[in-house]
Amino acid sequence: MKRSTKDILAVNLAGISLDNPLILASGFLGISQEIFTRLYHEFEVGAIVSKSISLNPMEGYRGPTVVPLENFNFLNAVGLSNPGSDSFSNEIKNNDVPLLVSLVGSQENEFPKLIKKFDKLCILGYEVNLSCPHVAKMGMEVGDDIELVYRIIKRIKSVTTKPVIIKIGIGNTNIVKIAEIAQDAGANAITAINTIRAMKIDIKTERPILSNKFGGLSGKAIKPIGIRSVYEISKNLNIPVVGCGGIFSWEDVIEYMLAGSSAVQIGSSIGYLGMSVFKEIKKGIMDYIKKKDLKNIMEIIGNAHKY
Amino acid sequence: MHTNIDTHRIVSICEDTLETPNVKTLIFQDNLSFKAKPGQFLMVWIPGVEELPMSVMVSNTNDNAAITVKKYGIGSTALFQKKKGDVIGIRGPYGNYFRVSKKQKKVILIGGGTGLVPLMRLSVILNKMQISCTLIIGARSKPEILFYNFAKKILQNTKHKIIVTTEDGSFGIKGYPTDALIKILEHDKFDMAYTCGPELMMKKVYDISISYDLSLQASLERYMKCGVGICASCCINDKLVCTDGTVFNNKELKMMTDFGLIYRNKSGIKSHY
Repeated sequence: MKRSTKDILAVNLAGISLDNPLILASGFLGISQEIFTRLYHEFEVGAIVSKSISLNPMEGYRGPTVVPLENFNFLNAVGLSNPGSDSFSNEIKNNDVPLLVSLVGSQENEFPKLIKKFDKLCILGYEVNLSCPHVAKMGMEVGDDIELVYRIIKRIKSVTTKPVIIKIGIGNTNIVKIAEIAQDAGANAITAINTIRAMKIDIKTERPILSNKFGGLSGKAIKPIGIRSVYEISKNLNIPVVGCGGIFSWEDVIEYMLAGSSAVQIGSSIGYLGMSVFKEIKKGIMDYIKKKDLKNIMEIIGNAHKY
Repeated sequence: MHTNIDTHRIVSICEDTLETPNVKTLIFQDNLSFKAKPGQFLMVWIPGVEELPMSVMVSNTNDNAAITVKKYGIGSTALFQKKKGDVIGIRGPYGNYFRVSKKQKKVILIGGGTGLVPLMRLSVILNKMQISCTLIIGARSKPEILFYNFAKKILQNTKHKIIVTTEDGSFGIKGYPTDALIKILEHDKFDMAYTCGPELMMKKVYDISISYDLSLQASLERYMKCGVGICASCCINDKLVCTDGTVFNNKELKMMTDFGLIYRNKSGIKSHY
């Protein structure tokens, strides 16, 4: 029997079935329902993670907020700009594409309020951003506090039955430790890694380019750190891991899956290759599967752990 | 030489020209922007202040590039205050551009305010290709008229007509550029219309183009952060102005139901014009 593309590429992630393992990473293109629909139908993404949504709207920082760097990397300090939970829940009220809503907050009690705005909508679940490296009192400052991480996840799990993915990054606390705490608190999956706190100074003007001075580094430079993180986390945890960081090609996806990713997230490469990067990578993976004569892409997850 | 269009290039302003009391053209040396096509834009870093998308203007001299800025908010005012010797950072040029084909014999350009910038770059090409050109320059009042003499100069080798409209009637025809456009279309036909300016003006040009069965290309302007198609700040419906545009044709504009009606503010909340 001939297997359809759908069967070969389909992955299961914490009870969520995806057509393929390629997910739009949070922070990219993530505010418009019409763009989500286009990404799914025209560019065949497996799922979409929205921009991180806070209870109230955030304007973000003054420009420059995005600095393209050499060697296919980006530095950004957008400042978590987002339309806020009321406006965004209205934006996605008729959603019919596979969407995860990314949530961000600085206090435990903000999360149940956020969940309340989205829980009745047609969404796959949530990703909780505990690792944005450039906004005070949010993201990484929360993610580094393991007791707070535990309490936030417990709180979220007590108010929703939808899958909850926790996005973690490279902060001051060991990433495996944070992942373990997240698992203990009931997280259904881990996304690793977020951008890494970094900086760019222009030598002619002698100034940091970002208006916030510091930002998060994404792109090719962080891929080896992402691979290492996914490998270590997936080796120590039972819940699935979503790999993220520097994916530009199908080879990058395969590497992440061998390291232990059940699915991957893609973002920065869109800035260099356009939204069609999803379709191109998908085609590359199809060819790989055929060549390897696999029944399904999930067969390779964590294969590098054997050695 | 810098060949990566994405990373910031720090350039020194070698010439600044006051076009009107509120509009200034800054010229700087940059080969990549010198080659920009009409409708393409640069992301311009005003060190310590802001980064803004700016359409590339005509510079006239080899390897030099220009931008024209109107004093408006904090960023554009800081850019307006830059003068000879000051430095700015640029990346790009980005986006698609106005298309011109040899089949076009006669075209019409409708510009409002600094929206005339990409139309000036387009005029250079039309002049070279000897395509007959009617240019409508829209301004609020006489002191705010942009590029009137400049346009005459760059269109000198092709058949052309320049019409100026002012809202207060202090020069040319009293009214909006769209009023002049309707009058012209009542007795004349064109192979293509090109427009750039305030979105509400362009929406009106679009509506007129539908009634008169006129092909149209419009260069849109929206709030932008990245310029490279990753932040979606500039989205109109399912299109990104920075990478799918800035230039859209009638067919694309027809599908963009938010065009001229809804924009996204800095937080990404849909707001009405």
